[in-house]
Amino acid sequence: MNDLLISLILILVKLGLIFGVVLSMAAYLVLAERKILGRMQMRYGPNRIGPGGMIQPLCDVIKLITKEDFVPARADKWIFLFAPGLTALTALLSFAVVPFSPPLTLFGREIPMVVCDLNIGLLYLFGLSSLAVYGVVLGGWASNSKYSLLGAMRGLAQMLSYELSLGLALVPVVMTAKSFSLTEIVMAQSTWPNMLQHPLAFIIFMVSITAESKRTPFDMPEAENEIVAGFHTEYSGMRFGLFFVGEYINLIVIGAMTTVFFLGGWNGPFLPPVVWFVGKVLFVAFLFIWARGSMPRPRYDQLLRFGWKVLIPLALLNVVITGAIRLAMNG
Amino acid sequence: MATFLFYILGFTMLAATLLCITRRNPVHAVIYLVVSFFALAIMFYLLGAPLVAAFEVIVYAGAIMVLFLFIIMMLGLAPQETPEGPGWKRWGPLVLLSSSLMICTLMLIFQDPAASKDIGAFYLAPQVVGEALFGRYALAVEVVSFQLLFATIGAYMLGRPLSKGDEQ
Repeated sequence: MNDLLISLILILVKLGLIFGVVLSMAAYLVLAERKILGRMQMRYGPNRIGPGGMIQPLCDVIKLITKEDFVPARADKWIFLFAPGLTALTALLSFAVVPFSPPLTLFGREIPMVVCDLNIGLLYLFGLSSLAVYGVVLGGWASNSKYSLLGAMRGLAQMLSYELSLGLALVPVVMTAKSFSLTEIVMAQSTWPNMLQHPLAFIIFMVSITAESKRTPFDMPEAENEIVAGFHTEYSGMRFGLFFVGEYINLIVIGAMTTVFFLGGWNGPFLPPVVWFVGKVLFVAFLFIWARGSMPRPRYDQLLRFGWKVLIPLALLNVVITGAIRLAMNG
Repeated sequence: MATFLFYILGFTMLAATLLCITRRNPVHAVIYLVVSFFALAIMFYLLGAPLVAAFEVIVYAGAIMVLFLFIIMMLGLAPQETPEGPGWKRWGPLVLLSSSLMICTLMLIFQDPAASKDIGAFYLAPQVVGEALFGRYALAVEVVSFQLLFATIGAYMLGRPLSKGDEQ
């Protein structure tokens, strides 16, 4: 057994673990969202299949796979077929740089608990989130339907605008950690989580990432009372399922990003680091589900105006102030 | 390994760019151009500049090409009909211009001994780029940022709400 083989096996094991855990978590987040929303609206939510509805996700998958995979007439067939995969893929790829716990030592060998600790990890995540636009835009455009096109254009403008404030909100985090690597960002928060050091950046980040991921209350690209279902109006079967699963994988990505950038990652007292990490991710996911159950949707122009006229100037100001304070403290 | 990857990436880039400029459908052209940018980004990574690779993806593939898509969708551009006239009339100037560039590059490579040397393998950390940008090249960065400011002010002037005097 040589060293290379061991590293290869380790990477494959990590990939398999992440793939399995993230996909099953996404499936059960769908169930959790339906049940929590149900409770918030004074109803039960799915509770027929299995104890407490626990087998519901499996049945949903069977239903989606066996449904007809319909391609509208005059749609751009190939783009229509591959756009949903793009959405799920960009969301899944994000996990390559997310560290789950500090490096583990097994048989005298240090194993980093991350697939690939890129020293540009933050920019990698950022790049993927800006590529996620393509799934939405190409899916909506290829459907050759007015509602889909409107949804796609909304999604495009919204994601492009909020990417700016998202990036600017992360500048103070990078300033504190002095690195783009996610592992080092977590290490820099071993005493205080960034949420307490940079409260304004945290708020801007949360609002921007909600808009960036098209979650309610900023889900105008699929606002059902105006444009049917937006960019995925024409999709059915498992291709709709991919958009859907992509959205929930994205929810976990958001949870992981918030945890790593602002909530201190795996740091926490008493419990093992992995438990802290997963717990924080699920808590953030719960916050987003809660927001969906309690917030009304603003108008589309209000959303864009807020992004450009309030969030971006605020984020810029925050960068300047944080930089000035850091400079003054270092002398 | 690196050389092998370089040739694969180079071929991908050339093929994608060629396909991009020959597509009739503007959205297909954009997709091919994005593929070409990706190959370029991986090439930067291969050369030891991960930061440049990340910016290539974020700025070019993730922002500029998305804006192209936005414009294409907003104008509702249909796939173009085959234009009139023989092929050489449409493609002639382009082929002539790009082959002159090609000849210049080849001459540079074969004549200049410095150009034929291998670039040594090195690794460019993000911190180094930051220090160079805001230390040694601070003035250039400021000039470029002023240019962006002009563009912003220009966009504001074009998009500002009309006052009463402007309505005629």
